[in-house]
Amino acid sequence: MPNVTAISLIPLLPLAGFLLLGLFGRKYFKNSSGLIGTVLLLASTVLALYTAYEYFFVYGKVAGVYEKFVALQLTWLEFSPGVSIDMGLIIDPISVMMLVVVTFISLMVHIYSLGYLKGEERFPTYYSYLGLFTFSMLGLVLASNIFQIYIFWELVGVSSFLLIGYYYDKPSAVAACKKAFIVTRFADLGFLIGILILSFSGGTLDFATLIERLTSPESNEFKAAAASTFLGASALTWGAALVFIGGAGKSAMFPLHIWLPDAMEGPTPVSALIHAATMVVAGVYLVARLFPIFSVAVPGVLEIIGWVGAVSAIVAAIIACTQTDIKRVLAYSTMSQIGFMMFALGVSNYGGEAGLGYTASMFHLFTHAMFKALLFLGAGAVIHYVHSNDMKDMGGLRKFLPITHITFLIACLAIAGVPPFAGFFSKEEILLAAYNNNMAIYWIALITSGITAFYMFRLYFNIFWSKPAPSPSERAGGEVHGEGGFAMMMPLVLLAVGTAAAGFIPFGEYVSSDGKPLHAHFDLSFSIAPVALGLIGIFTAFWLYKKQNDKPTKLATSLGGIYKTAYNKFYIDEIYLFITKKVLFNLIGRPAAWFDKNIVDGLMNLIGNITEKISEGIKKVQSGKVQQYAIYFLGGVIVLAVLFIYIWK
Amino acid sequence: MEPGLYHILFLSTALFFIGVYGFLTRRNLITMLMSIELILNSVNLNFIAFNKYLWPNQMDGLFFTLFIIAIAAAEAAVAIAIIINLYRSHNSIDVENAEDLKY
Repeated sequence: MPNVTAISLIPLLPLAGFLLLGLFGRKYFKNSSGLIGTVLLLASTVLALYTAYEYFFVYGKVAGVYEKFVALQLTWLEFSPGVSIDMGLIIDPISVMMLVVVTFISLMVHIYSLGYLKGEERFPTYYSYLGLFTFSMLGLVLASNIFQIYIFWELVGVSSFLLIGYYYDKPSAVAACKKAFIVTRFADLGFLIGILILSFSGGTLDFATLIERLTSPESNEFKAAAASTFLGASALTWGAALVFIGGAGKSAMFPLHIWLPDAMEGPTPVSALIHAATMVVAGVYLVARLFPIFSVAVPGVLEIIGWVGAVSAIVAAIIACTQTDIKRVLAYSTMSQIGFMMFALGVSNYGGEAGLGYTASMFHLFTHAMFKALLFLGAGAVIHYVHSNDMKDMGGLRKFLPITHITFLIACLAIAGVPPFAGFFSKEEILLAAYNNNMAIYWIALITSGITAFYMFRLYFNIFWSKPAPSPSERAGGEVHGEGGFAMMMPLVLLAVGTAAAGFIPFGEYVSSDGKPLHAHFDLSFSIAPVALGLIGIFTAFWLYKKQNDKPTKLATSLGGIYKTAYNKFYIDEIYLFITKKVLFNLIGRPAAWFDKNIVDGLMNLIGNITEKISEGIKKVQSGKVQQYAIYFLGGVIVLAVLFIYIWK
Repeated sequence: MEPGLYHILFLSTALFFIGVYGFLTRRNLITMLMSIELILNSVNLNFIAFNKYLWPNQMDGLFFTLFIIAIAAAEAAVAIAIIINLYRSHNSIDVENAEDLKY
């Protein structure tokens, strides 16, 4: 059975780190805070690995099926007997897999930050935020009911807000963290309504019970939810679709992705954490968690998920080809890869061979976490060296950053889907799932994977080849330093090993939609098309960017409008600005402000003015003259006497 | 002619209104205090008279009167203390000058 102490310690250790460093860090652990945070997370990682081992190899499999365990169930807020919000720990293949991913990537980020943010003024604050972020994500992963997942979902939002805005004296960072928070909050509104609809129609918040009730056509809850319709769709469809909106916001799906590129304003290790292991995969995880409801009860919503994922994947890939800020390229590649995970879920079915997309999505989540963390940390090392985010300031760095160069190359090969690196295996599974289910999405995915290879190698060649690098002494400011210490290089090497090896894990054996092992079989002939496209992409990038030349500029000019549109991110930010600033502000904001100023305030002012005028008139009565009071008193007594004697008798 | 209840009531009513008149017209606080004493004494007279003529076997009116005298003494002491303090701060015991407590 699950070891409750070990499992509950996994999220609690980062929480302890957050509290300790947040409350006392600046006073007592000025220099040791990084080590404290890292050691706590190391313990967490060990416990997560232990839990994963125990689950997958000792107790998890019951009669050939990986079971769901609820390791701990606490009644947290009881409204009346039977109606309560609980706190629980769920243990099933995806939560255990996520535990490993989140703790491992977070540990790498913790170690890396020891070097990257060395000497930073708010070092303890940074580590306490990292602890909070890790805690929230682990809590989200382990949540056993839909309300608990919502609580941690918002905590993830808050901690990402804090981390993106870490450089709070930089106006762009402040704007970015606000944007991230507001956009995801806006999507979370959909999530909350979805939760209310689903839990109302299911009569419970608990995942297992909810799924059981809402997926069996015989249950009363299912019948009631399917029968009650609104605007032509059943309550169930609405609930699932709204929950997906929340997931799409957190996972930066088109068109709610606008916060993601801006989130690059945070420190680079934070971007690695947000993009690889936490935050953005939360949406994918949510859909996977409620997958039976999506697939069995409302397959229509799954179709939406598939298309949203596919569109996000290709749009982001096209934008990524034109950006020059290396972190933005990576941000759009994240969005594109999350799109892959999403549509893999969208083209999946529940159970058996047809559930390949589910396995593929989780597999891609796993491998993507490795190579995306590696890419971001590598980019961090480059930025650390060059002191700039822009490709123009880079080039020829392979001589000065040998370790970063090799590890970055491995990550690029992995994301481009070149065998035998991790990305190849997971992407093949996704493509196969799409091929079996939806040809249109398959073609989009195929083209996107070609573009992915192109823009990743554009990035690679621009950073490490292209023009010859100025020797360190010629660099601006004349600052000479090496690649970054052991703390920064060790995570890169570890992640590179993970990226190279993760693909060989027989993932389907452990994670599948119904818990039964899924034997993935590879068809070599199927792999030809994506790998060939990937290689074409790589060679195009090689041809264009190996040496500095005018080919890219010429190409950009010949593409004209298309290039410009993609460079400006398809003007989606501008559309948002137009809708919010022009349309919403003028149509709703201004009339509401006028109403507030004139009608609401006016009414209040009117009451106030009348009262003031009346009191102005009658306050003279209180003159301070004792004898006047006596006259009033006497007059009153006489009037009362007359009343009592002559009128009331 | 033997004086009866009506004579006494007439006397007390006269005393009462003399007191009220004095209270309303005098500006000197001491005089106003004296007017209040007149009013109180007119009430005392009423109590005594009604007790003697209407319920000669009971003592209630007498007790009331004693209480009123005692309270009037205490009240006079307090009032004089207030007046002295007022004099110290305002240098006058004219009621016209003591009208700070207003709107």
